[in-house]
Amino acid sequence: GAGANYGLGRAALPEEIAAWNVDVRPDGSGLPEGSGDVFTGEQVFVEKCAACHGDFAEGIDNWPKLAGGDGTLADEDPLKTVGSYWPYLSTVWDYVHRSMPFGAAQTLTADETYAITAYILYSNYIVEDDFTLSHENFLEVEMPNADGFIVDDRAETEYSIWRTEPCMENCKDSVEITMRATVLDVTPEEEGTEEASMDAPAE
Amino acid sequence: MSDTFQGKGTSRRAFLRGGVAAAAGAVAAGTASANSPDPLITEVQDWASGLGAGVDEVPYGLPIEFESDVIRRNVEWLTADTISSINFTPIHALDGTITPQGCAFERHHSGAIELKKEDYRLMINGLVDTPLVFTYEDLERFPRENHVYFCECAANTGMEWAGAQLNGAQFTHGMIHNMEYSGVTLRTLLNEAGLGAAGDLEDKWVYVEGADASSNGRSIPMEKALDDVLVAFKANGEALRKEHGYPVRLVVPGWEGNMWVKWLRRVEVMDGPVESREETSKYTDTLADGTSRKWTWVMDAKSVITSPSPQMPIKHGHGPLVITGMAWSGHGKIARVDVSKDGGITWETARLGADGANKALTRFYLDTEWNGEDWLLQARAMDETGYVQPTKAQLREVRGENSIYHNNCIQTWHVKPNGEAENVEVS
Repeated sequence: GAGANYGLGRAALPEEIAAWNVDVRPDGSGLPEGSGDVFTGEQVFVEKCAACHGDFAEGIDNWPKLAGGDGTLADEDPLKTVGSYWPYLSTVWDYVHRSMPFGAAQTLTADETYAITAYILYSNYIVEDDFTLSHENFLEVEMPNADGFIVDDRAETEYSIWRTEPCMENCKDSVEITMRATVLDVTPEEEGTEEASMDAPAE
Repeated sequence: MSDTFQGKGTSRRAFLRGGVAAAAGAVAAGTASANSPDPLITEVQDWASGLGAGVDEVPYGLPIEFESDVIRRNVEWLTADTISSINFTPIHALDGTITPQGCAFERHHSGAIELKKEDYRLMINGLVDTPLVFTYEDLERFPRENHVYFCECAANTGMEWAGAQLNGAQFTHGMIHNMEYSGVTLRTLLNEAGLGAAGDLEDKWVYVEGADASSNGRSIPMEKALDDVLVAFKANGEALRKEHGYPVRLVVPGWEGNMWVKWLRRVEVMDGPVESREETSKYTDTLADGTSRKWTWVMDAKSVITSPSPQMPIKHGHGPLVITGMAWSGHGKIARVDVSKDGGITWETARLGADGANKALTRFYLDTEWNGEDWLLQARAMDETGYVQPTKAQLREVRGENSIYHNNCIQTWHVKPNGEAENVEVS
């Protein structure tokens, strides 16, 4: 139907929709016109991003690494970056444009976002250093882990196995402790378990 | 009075070093008989003679100072900063099912923003007949519903994938809260904009985003959006707390907490998912072979014993003991909770505090006796679909150790003869 069941709210104006509806999808829909090259991207990145993410997008301290980790996804300690993990370039553009830099989001122009995205691709060895990214060639970029995702399959791989009447007695022969949290000792002391514990009883 | 309250000077370790056994013995004996009259009874106390506080003293109250340990806590090493970070509900110290808002966990990606009702706008756009803008006042004029639901972070218990790490139920299971929400169904708002333009709704999605810098945009299939998703503005009777999305948040029953978008500003009807950062880079679950699951929305059946637990050692000595905890399932109601004291060799069925509620926390109790035995305490939830909460070994067999999210494994606490409890893994 035509909606308006309660007659509440008012029609959104085109300018209002344009201001907030900035999401970009894997098929490129939502991308504004514009372009940026790796060289420009490096300059913008060094100025606005490198303090946390490093000059080469390799990450500083505990801040996210945006490059590296190729082929580590099946490792004991995988490094998930734009290059090694992210399936779609649209997500990079969308997220950078909408939510970065951390603490000063929505300050990047479309061209700056194209340039930064180009530089992140270069940092991941996905494009050459003379590459220019634009709304026109955006879909030509191949993301290494584009095929790395499957839709939630728990119904087949887990639920079908675990929806059974469980064991109540003699469920195993023996039990041994194989790991203790206190060995690692990474629970916060000052604001953690010590303080969180109930108080000692009165004598 | 305050001298009976021990602050942070009294550590649990000191307590355990010092007098657990002695205190336990004394208390156990003391329950049977008293050697001398108790002055708390025989002497008139100040509070039984003088006056308490007037009704004008506290227009909006906080818990009494003796409960000052029942607070949110964070773990610094988990995240790069405290803005895009997590803290933990003190579930070890709570009972029943409703989480007090003031200590209910927070998870932000760009901090807890301050958004006045006057400044609030909600836009519905995309494949709708009429894109709309609502004010906060508009939302309060739609028919309202009330529901209690749990909100569990997808990463709850995530640090425990590779082994027993954090020593306390607050830290291993405290990325959760359970509140009574009042709000408008998302269905109502979508119908107000009109879904005729969307055509066949089966393959349609909504994209929801917040007003904060992170936006936290997520894609939700239309079927769920039209089912039980709420646009909520009250929780536990009062306005949402700032840190929980004031003035309006999304409530997505049974689904991972990340999708409960706070400070909700826009709902876009689309013909496909956005594949945003929070559903590609994050909230995807990497399996042992390096492929990753996406769109793992539902939180499976789970439970944890909250007492005894590492932060709640047994201090009352031998004899009657209440084992308690909570269970929940994103698939519906909790049907049963079993408790094991021997690491899963034998199980006994616990008592539910109240009947299981749909996609909400359920409290359970096992009223039992403890006489200083070594216990390996576990709880195992079952939901109305017949799903039985798995062990960590079962989960690892399917997923490996790197999926980060959705760890609903059975938790083990080692209760020692001195009453202390520790987070352990067992064979």
